[in-house]
Amino acid sequence: MGRNAILEVEDGNLLNTLNMLWRKLFEKKVIDALLIPQELPSGINVVQTLVGSPESLESPNPLAPVLPVNSARIVSQMTKVAPSPRRVGVVLRPCELRALIELVKLKQASLENLVLIGIDCFGTYSIKEYSKLAQEGSPPTEDFLKGVKEGREDSSLREACQTCEYPTPMNADLIIGLMGMDFEKSILLQASTPEGERILEALELKDSNETEVAKREEAISQLIAQRTKKRDELLEQTEREVFGLENLLKLFAPCINCRNCKTVCPLCYCKECFFDSPTFEMEAEKYLGWAEKRGTIKMPTDTLLFHLTRMNHMAISCVGCGMCQEACPNDIPVSNIFRLVGLRVQRIFDYVPGRSLEEELPLATFKEDELQEVG
Amino acid sequence: MADNEFEPNIVGFLCNWCTYTAADLAGTTRMQYPTNLRPIRTMCSGSVDPVYVIRALLSGADGVLVGGCHPGDCHYVSGNYKARRRITILKTILNTLGLEDERVWLRWISAAEGRKFADTVSKFTEELRKQGPNPVKKYWST
Repeated sequence: MGRNAILEVEDGNLLNTLNMLWRKLFEKKVIDALLIPQELPSGINVVQTLVGSPESLESPNPLAPVLPVNSARIVSQMTKVAPSPRRVGVVLRPCELRALIELVKLKQASLENLVLIGIDCFGTYSIKEYSKLAQEGSPPTEDFLKGVKEGREDSSLREACQTCEYPTPMNADLIIGLMGMDFEKSILLQASTPEGERILEALELKDSNETEVAKREEAISQLIAQRTKKRDELLEQTEREVFGLENLLKLFAPCINCRNCKTVCPLCYCKECFFDSPTFEMEAEKYLGWAEKRGTIKMPTDTLLFHLTRMNHMAISCVGCGMCQEACPNDIPVSNIFRLVGLRVQRIFDYVPGRSLEEELPLATFKEDELQEVG
Repeated sequence: MADNEFEPNIVGFLCNWCTYTAADLAGTTRMQYPTNLRPIRTMCSGSVDPVYVIRALLSGADGVLVGGCHPGDCHYVSGNYKARRRITILKTILNTLGLEDERVWLRWISAAEGRKFADTVSKFTEELRKQGPNPVKKYWST
C-alpha cells in the first residue's frame, strides 16, 4: 500500500476543493493537460473534456453520477497513433481504468506520459435519468452524494453500477478516495505508484492517519459485499431468462442489428468489424438458396451470430461497464448477458480484466498442460 | 423423417498438416467410416475463429469437428494450444446459454492417424445420431 494523504475539504464544498486540486496539478507542473468530465453549460449532461490550461477549467465534475461514454475509448483515441511528450492527467472511473488496461494489453492505447487519476465510484445514472434529475431542480451531484452519505440504496442507478464489484480504481497513480469519508470535511488521496508518491509530495499534503485509511477499507469491503450479492442475484435471473435456444431468441428478438452495443463497447476495437466486412455482402442467389432450403430466413440475417461472436471475441476482457446495454435502443440486457458469460470464461483462466498489466490476455497465451478435457 | 433415420451433418475444420492429411490417409487406405462429415481444410486449428463454428451451428450443422495436430506438434508451434483456449471459451459460452456445447468437438489427429480419424468421425456421428437433430433447424428467427 502506498502513501495516503488527507485533502481537507474547504467550506464543505468537495467539488470546489477538487477543482483547486486540478489547478494545483497544473501549477506544480505535474500535468500539462487534463482529461476530465465537465458539466455542459445547459447543466443536463456531463461530458469528457480535454483541458489545456487551468484557467479553462470551468465546470469540472468527475463526481457527477453519469457515464456518457467509457473514456477508455477516448484515451485510446488520444494515445494510439503516438502518445504526447506532454504529461496528460486523465481522471477516470474504475471501469474506465480497467478497460484502459485491457486496451493497453491489446495494443490499442499507451500509458506513456499519462497520469492516471482514479476516482472511487458510487455508481452512475443513465444519461436520460441524469438529465431528468438535472432538469427537475437541484444539482444531481449534491443530491447523489447526500444519498451516499446517508447510506441510501439507489435503485435508479444503472443496473451495471448496482452490481459492480470493482468500485475502487485499480492501477491508478493517484486515487481520489471517497469511500467511508465525510466529504464535507476531508477525503483521502492515495498514491499507489512511485509517480503517485511524487504527486503527493508536490502537493505538500499531510499524511492521513491509519483510522482514515481503515475507514475507507471498511466502507469498500461493505460496498463490495453488497454489490457482489446483487450481482449474483442479477446473473442468476439473467441465466434463467437466457438459458436455451428459445429463451435466447426471445431475448434478442427486439434486436434491430444497429450494432450500437459494438460501437460503444470500450473493448470492441477492430477498425473494421468482421460483421461490416465484405464477407457478409452476398449475391441474391445465396439468400434465395437459404430461403429455399429453410423455408424462411430472417432478414437482415445473422443477428444471433453477431451477438454470439461478439461474446466469443470480447467476453474475456469485459469489464462490465454496461455501456452496451445503455446504447441498446430496445433494452436488450446485453451487458447482463455479457457479464454472465464473461465471468464464466474469465474464471477458467482466473482472469480479471484490468486487474494487472502483467497478466497476459488469456487468448494471447497458453499453458501446455491445461484444458485436456476439451482437447 | 423418423428419428431413427436421422443422419447428422458434421462440418469439419481440419488442419492442413495433420487432421486433413489423416482424412486423406483414411481414404487412400480404404478405411470405412460414415459419410456425414463435410471437411473444410484450414491452415491451422488456431486459425478457426469461433465465428465459423457458430455460423455452422446456426446454419443447421448438427456437429462441428475442429481437428488439429497433437499438442507440441503444431506446424506453427502453438496454434493448436490457442485453438484449445478458443474452443474452451466457445464451449463455455454455449454451455452457459444452454446451447448444447457437446455438438462441438476438438480433437488432435496426426497425419499418421488415419484410423483415429475414421474412428473419431464414426463416434461423433454415432453420438449425434443419439442426440438428434440440431434444434436450431426448427427456428428461422436466428
